[in-house]
Amino acid sequence: MNPYLSPIERVWFYTLRILCALVLLFLVLPVLVIVPLSFNSGTFLVYPLQGFSLRWYQDFFTSAEWVRALTNSMIVAPVATLLAMVFGTLAAIGLTRGEFRGKALVMSLVISPMVVPVVIVGVASYLFFAPLGLGNSYLSLILVHAVLGVPFVIITVSATLQGFNYNLVRAAASLGAPPLTAFFRVTLPLIAPGVISGALFAFATSFDEVVVTLFLAGPEQATLPRQMFSGIRENLSPTIAAAATLLIAFSVVLLLVLEWLRGRSEKLRTAAPQ
Amino acid sequence: MAELNATTAANDVLVSFRGVQKSYDGETLIVKDLNLDIRKGEFLTLLGPSGSGKTTSLMMLAGFETPTHGEILLAGRSINNVPPHKRDIGMVFQNYALFPHMTVAENLAFPLSVRGFAKPDVAERVKRALSMVQLEAFAGRYPAQLSGGQQQRVALARALVFEPQLVLMDEPLGALDKQLREHMQMEIKHIHERLGVTVVYVTHDQGEALTMSDRVAVFHQGEIQQIAPPRELYESPRNTFVAHFIGENNRLSGHLLSRDGERCLVNLPRGERVEALAVNVGQPGEPVSLSIRPERVRLNGASESCPNRFSGRVAEFIYLGDHVRIRLEVCGQTDFFVKQPIAELDPALTVGDVVPLGWHVEHVRALDPLAVE
Repeated sequence: MNPYLSPIERVWFYTLRILCALVLLFLVLPVLVIVPLSFNSGTFLVYPLQGFSLRWYQDFFTSAEWVRALTNSMIVAPVATLLAMVFGTLAAIGLTRGEFRGKALVMSLVISPMVVPVVIVGVASYLFFAPLGLGNSYLSLILVHAVLGVPFVIITVSATLQGFNYNLVRAAASLGAPPLTAFFRVTLPLIAPGVISGALFAFATSFDEVVVTLFLAGPEQATLPRQMFSGIRENLSPTIAAAATLLIAFSVVLLLVLEWLRGRSEKLRTAAPQ
Repeated sequence: MAELNATTAANDVLVSFRGVQKSYDGETLIVKDLNLDIRKGEFLTLLGPSGSGKTTSLMMLAGFETPTHGEILLAGRSINNVPPHKRDIGMVFQNYALFPHMTVAENLAFPLSVRGFAKPDVAERVKRALSMVQLEAFAGRYPAQLSGGQQQRVALARALVFEPQLVLMDEPLGALDKQLREHMQMEIKHIHERLGVTVVYVTHDQGEALTMSDRVAVFHQGEIQQIAPPRELYESPRNTFVAHFIGENNRLSGHLLSRDGERCLVNLPRGERVEALAVNVGQPGEPVSLSIRPERVRLNGASESCPNRFSGRVAEFIYLGDHVRIRLEVCGQTDFFVKQPIAELDPALTVGDVVPLGWHVEHVRALDPLAVE
């Protein structure tokens, strides 16, 4: 601490840190509350804990419903993320580099799924897909999840493209690279941090999406959050806590891996002279 | 202005601009009717102030801009509809445009691998290109780990490694400090001489243009004002813009009195008469602009043999080490400069002295009057 501070500044120094700690605690508290409950041996979702047990994890992995939900989530989220990544990146490049009339309008249209209330998206997509016979299908669920993820990818990729030196693409062309080669070998590696961040948001969006899933998924397509939602209504078993803990653990691992990837490619671009 | 050299055989021409025009808004022409032949193996510099059309012309040759009118031929073939990646033209960009996510060796291998060269062949060529620019030890570094001069050399090697017949350079030395720039000028010049590759170089630095080029094309307002070897450009500028843009220049305005073949007589506003080379003049009575290089003006006794003799009042000395620039008042003009090597300077000369001065007819050129700026 700075030795020249007045007493009031000293008090403020500690107050600020305590306030920050409290805010952070508030943010992670729901997560911290649920994790111990999943290891509880009691049959109710309440404190105090009665003893350590993995029975709810066993229950999770032996229940046909939960395993199906997990499988569904692991199908829907990655595929939706992949679609959002491809279309979002393409849209971002077109909207950043292109000059055409109505650019602002197109931009707000593709961003709108992020702004429009999810309930409306859910109702609308149900009304759209049901007459096509796609009411309870993976296809409709994946497509709508992808639509919800696209705005995140567009925003992060556009931000990365703002600082992108377009001369690099010209250099690639002058060196003999056709446009597609130039994109995959020069543009994409350099905007990868933006693409990865966007994909991360898109994945998170799909992975814990409930509302659209309620409208579009039948029991066959129920994802983890959807299964937890019905679990809460029907029988409040601590298996939900186990499912939640698994979700949290998976998200944390995903976040760390992607952050590491992003940091690595960013380091390449800004490596300091030795 | 057609610049077809009659002595140049047609098969020695690598690039031809034929009546090329470029306009971005459909109204103002950035490049007006460009006709230019670039010979195989020559080092041609496009020189001009910013906005003169030199960079646009280079970009059209590279394929990043398309001509609004006219045609560009490369080795006799029209390349108007050939995309940049099929032109086989190397290019060095202003800020190098090295790929930051690739090492030096990977940057150099890029043009070879997109052409489908075999791995051992790529490695061999990359090694050779690195040794050409003396960067063998830096193959594994990333561009951000190199100094500006080293990055410049990598960019140069990358533009040459796939052995293009033509290399374009867009102010490649602009970001370097003066000493490094002069060093790189020589290095680029030597590489050009060794490889015999055709180079088109864009700069706004006249010193760079004069030291490096076989020929210089001076651009102004979208047109080539003059295209000539450096010495001819400096000593025989064809118009007032070129005389003024290249090197230092004393300008005297007057009216044409009479013309006799290659020579003419010009009347200055206060009645003095100057005999000059008639380079770019109209009819008697029309305004002309006289151009005299400061180093061609003789002072004191040395001026006795000159047909044009006047007197000047010394206004200022500017000491530059190896030579002195003397500002004089001559023929009513207060900013008339004379350049004297330090060894020839009369030590008795002081500010306020009136001295005789003069110049030979072949060193004063009567040109078009400068447009009011």
